[in-house]
Amino acid sequence: MNKVYPDARAALEGLLFDGMTIAAGGFGLCGIPELLIAAIRDAGTKDLTVASNNAGVDGFGLGILLETRQIRKMMSSYVGENAEFMRQYLSGELELEFNPQGTLAERMRAGGAGIPAFYTPTGVGTIVAEGKEHKEFDGRTYILERAIVADLAIVKAWRADPTGNLQFRKTARNFNVPAATCGKVCVAEVEEIVPVGTLDPDCIHLPGIYVHRLIQGQHEKRIEQRTTRPRPTPSEGTGPGTAS
Amino acid sequence: MPWTRNQMAARAAQELRDGMYVNLGIGIPTLVANYIPEGISVTLQSENGMLGMGPFPYEGEEDPDLINAGKQTITELPHSAYFDSATSFAMIRGGKIAMAILGAMEVSEEGDLANWMIPGKLVKGMGGAMDLVAGVGRVVVVMDHTNKAGESKLLRRCTLPLTGKGVVDRIITNLGVLDVVEGGLRIVECAPDVTDADIRAATEARIVD
Repeated sequence: MNKVYPDARAALEGLLFDGMTIAAGGFGLCGIPELLIAAIRDAGTKDLTVASNNAGVDGFGLGILLETRQIRKMMSSYVGENAEFMRQYLSGELELEFNPQGTLAERMRAGGAGIPAFYTPTGVGTIVAEGKEHKEFDGRTYILERAIVADLAIVKAWRADPTGNLQFRKTARNFNVPAATCGKVCVAEVEEIVPVGTLDPDCIHLPGIYVHRLIQGQHEKRIEQRTTRPRPTPSEGTGPGTAS
Repeated sequence: MPWTRNQMAARAAQELRDGMYVNLGIGIPTLVANYIPEGISVTLQSENGMLGMGPFPYEGEEDPDLINAGKQTITELPHSAYFDSATSFAMIRGGKIAMAILGAMEVSEEGDLANWMIPGKLVKGMGGAMDLVAGVGRVVVVMDHTNKAGESKLLRRCTLPLTGKGVVDRIITNLGVLDVVEGGLRIVECAPDVTDADIRAATEARIVD
């Protein structure tokens, strides 16, 4: 069993076709599979349906597949950071299906877990519920949401072993886990591949059974909203211990 | 004097109870973290996959792998925990988060909330707002009482597409605090030098005693 490929192009060999559905991990620009996205751009695969919480920014992340018009439809919860996305959407070139963020995550999770659909309270009484089956359980109304099974999942992790066991770092885990599981095939890009036996089996975030191909590479890891606080001067102590 | 943005955030912070797990929305709700009362310990959830959200990092210590739901760089705390998005929304939908403090464009007298979309204008998406209002124990909304034209944003019925139906428990505006109760809104508190009559005059929604 060899899951490790030399680069993103090689790892996607034979997996791409026009009109396919791709599930992509990441939240904003955090934990996005930037190397695989670039390789899909280079491959020129068209008419893509992409399930991803966001659509990148102009010139980075999924934004580069929008620039080349390779994406026909996005399934997302929030797309506010991308001017080219808005232009294509408002001109009717791009189809957009808004999903509540938790519904999108659960649709992926369900798709990977053999659950074809599920009832959720999210979106009842809103435009999200229009045309969907409603059902009452214990006095509360729920709507039926279908699972997502993607032709391909592309994800980014921190570390992997050659068998595809993955570890993520901090909030870069986000959609990478549900996206990986809902792919018929999953390709993961990581910052480091370590020898088998290095990762503590108790600390695997995504078992290698979900990961079919693997590459290691250099990541830009761009920050979308760099936000800081002033360092306390020595006389002020540690400053307010409050959150953003 | 109506409350300022920071005073509204400070008032909203009074809703927090010791030990609560809380989700703060973007905008004024984010400021609530600056006014957590002395002796109260709350754990902030960030729906992109973190419990125990810490303050913004010092310059030079930003980590691209550590952001909040507004995509801002943040820090971790000794009790922080990370998880994936499906787990994050399982705890939201599953009622494990005690309270969400959110912004709003409109609220109706029946507690309907509109805060994600203006038809014909730029639509960015609902993000996690629909899941939050469907799942958390208590929804507190922080918003201006009226729009720039002076028209009430507390309405009989929302005119904008809804985020959730009958989901709001309490509204904190620049004029005061109102609860969603049977039959309409009930005034709980007025900002300094704002009277009951001022709030009634600025409110389209039914006010009940």
